[in-house]
Amino acid sequence: MKYSKQLLVEAYTTMTTIRQFEERMIKEFMAGNIPGFVHTYDGQEAVGVGVCMHLSDEDIIGSTHRGHGHCIAKGCDIELMILEIMGKSGGLCKGKGGSMHIADMDKGMLGANAIVGGGPPLVNGAALSMKTLGKPNVAVSFSGDGSSNQGTVMEALNLAGVLDLPHFFMFENNHLAEGTGDEYAVSGGIAERVRAFDIPCDKVDGTDFFAVYEASKKAIKHCRSGKGPYGIEADVIRYDGHFIGDPQAYRGEGELDYLREHKDCLKIFRARVTGESWMSDAELDELDQQAADAIEKGVQRGLAAPQPTADELYSDVYSSY
Amino acid sequence: MSNAGISTENQNHPIKTVREAINEALHQEMERDPTVIILGEEVAGGAGCKGSDEAYGGVFGLTKGLGPRFGRGRVIDTPITESAIIGAAAGAANTGLRPVAELMFVDFIGVCFDQIFNQAAKFRYMFGGKATTPMVIRATAGAGLRAAAQHSSMLHPVLTHMPGLKVVMPSNAYDAKGLLIQAIRDNDPVCFLEHKLLYETSCPVPDELYTIPFGEAAFCREGSDCTIVAMGAMVPRAISVADKLAAEGIHCDVIDPRTTSPLDSEAILESVEVTGRLVVVDEANPRCSVAADISSIVAEHAFSALRAPIKCVTAPHTPVPFAPNLEDAYMPSEARIEQAVRDVLGAR
Repeated sequence: MKYSKQLLVEAYTTMTTIRQFEERMIKEFMAGNIPGFVHTYDGQEAVGVGVCMHLSDEDIIGSTHRGHGHCIAKGCDIELMILEIMGKSGGLCKGKGGSMHIADMDKGMLGANAIVGGGPPLVNGAALSMKTLGKPNVAVSFSGDGSSNQGTVMEALNLAGVLDLPHFFMFENNHLAEGTGDEYAVSGGIAERVRAFDIPCDKVDGTDFFAVYEASKKAIKHCRSGKGPYGIEADVIRYDGHFIGDPQAYRGEGELDYLREHKDCLKIFRARVTGESWMSDAELDELDQQAADAIEKGVQRGLAAPQPTADELYSDVYSSY
Repeated sequence: MSNAGISTENQNHPIKTVREAINEALHQEMERDPTVIILGEEVAGGAGCKGSDEAYGGVFGLTKGLGPRFGRGRVIDTPITESAIIGAAAGAANTGLRPVAELMFVDFIGVCFDQIFNQAAKFRYMFGGKATTPMVIRATAGAGLRAAAQHSSMLHPVLTHMPGLKVVMPSNAYDAKGLLIQAIRDNDPVCFLEHKLLYETSCPVPDELYTIPFGEAAFCREGSDCTIVAMGAMVPRAISVADKLAAEGIHCDVIDPRTTSPLDSEAILESVEVTGRLVVVDEANPRCSVAADISSIVAEHAFSALRAPIKCVTAPHTPVPFAPNLEDAYMPSEARIEQAVRDVLGAR
């Protein structure tokens, strides 16, 4: 057996937690329990988990507007995330950030980022700190096909290359920037763009946890060893709309049914581990149930939690003023 | 409020220019704190070239000597890539360093404004107080060098508008050193705007390290007839006008806020309570400006003390022109400041 039971359990637990978390957030949003804009990560779980399983709390990630999965994969407390997403007191960011701005510095989660392409320049900074302070860590930016068109991302790639920063650029190509396809919006290819900066970049099937895990291991080893940045373009799918409530009129007929049938990273994981007799369906079902219970507990806590106190409006603008 | 800068108490210290004072502050803070780094375009200069390893030391020479002293690992030449510069500074500030990023001209914030106002400025609030972003953005600002519309702006009103940012505008070498050291040690993002016309101005500056707290205005001149609030390169002009009028028996308070965020509105209000007259001198464009803000604060909180309408002496609502005669007309002149003071004194 190539992978330890512990690794398989951790991978599946995190992936099913993300999937059920997002499905529950959609339900709670529709029930009116979540204010604002929410962008879900369901469908892309194998990428966040396949990357973050290689990272410690001292390694840093920068995320996107679609950040719940990255947060969970990096170890953020799901109950405190739910409080945050519901805008409640006690949330990870005191209810002042919301779904699009979850950060947890103690876990090396530099923040979800609601500006497409906003993250990679910041992750360069985290990588610069590691390099300057002589730490053996790695900084990872998650970006999408949409952000690959932003100048900030091109600038971040160039500077990471110029300064040989330990920055792993993970591009999750879910082929949809909001409601615009990458075949239309990305001239050329993402991996090819990264390579043009003389940064190695691999392409990987982002629906296959094991493929992402192995490719990320190589990328992260490269960054940690002081060889500079590395890139991966993961081919993934997005199940839900750009935001919860998006009717997805841009989808083709039967497209989502096809994706759910053939491109579901949890189903693909299950088929592999049961096929190899590494785990049984019953074991996986048990992990599904444990995740469901944890999310249920978090949602109940979130629903019962108080709103932030009125004085929170004014605090945390400055360290001192 | 405090009296600093161009005052008699510092006369025993060596005379230094603003350029020298800033350079000295950077040297001393980098020496003191190994987490302070500098990054920007040509902060050393010559990277990847065959000539000198320190071709520039900053395009205006502000970072001269830092590269050879502290090495390229801490004095980092970047490509021309403002978004990546500010982003790297902000991310590094969140993760253990105290970066001083140089924007060659403040006009260039146009290409990196997202990293300033959406990222660095908002981290602390969005993340519920968990993020600390101790970074400084040093930028050259202001008109007067015939540098035309895209190299001459005063953008402190734009930055002052943004919650989460602090905005510093030294008007003399003494303040420049103390405010920059404070900026580097401060735990919030600070925009430090250096006026081109002030780099060669000088005054006594202590050799030792000292800080000047933010939000404390300096009273450059004191008088009970009129309050003049001036910022940056307008401060020496306001002082010159006040000295000229003093010879006629007209005595003005000249207040330099030194930082526009936080703003020492208390000092301004206390002065206006005595003088009843206010002239605000600011090189920025007039609409939604710091001059307008100060006028509004005074109108709101000291209305009953006012004995004349408030006068603002600002640039017009135009970009900065190139032709020397037009640029001279663009910047508030001593003549316009003097006329404004005479106008408010004449009004009843």
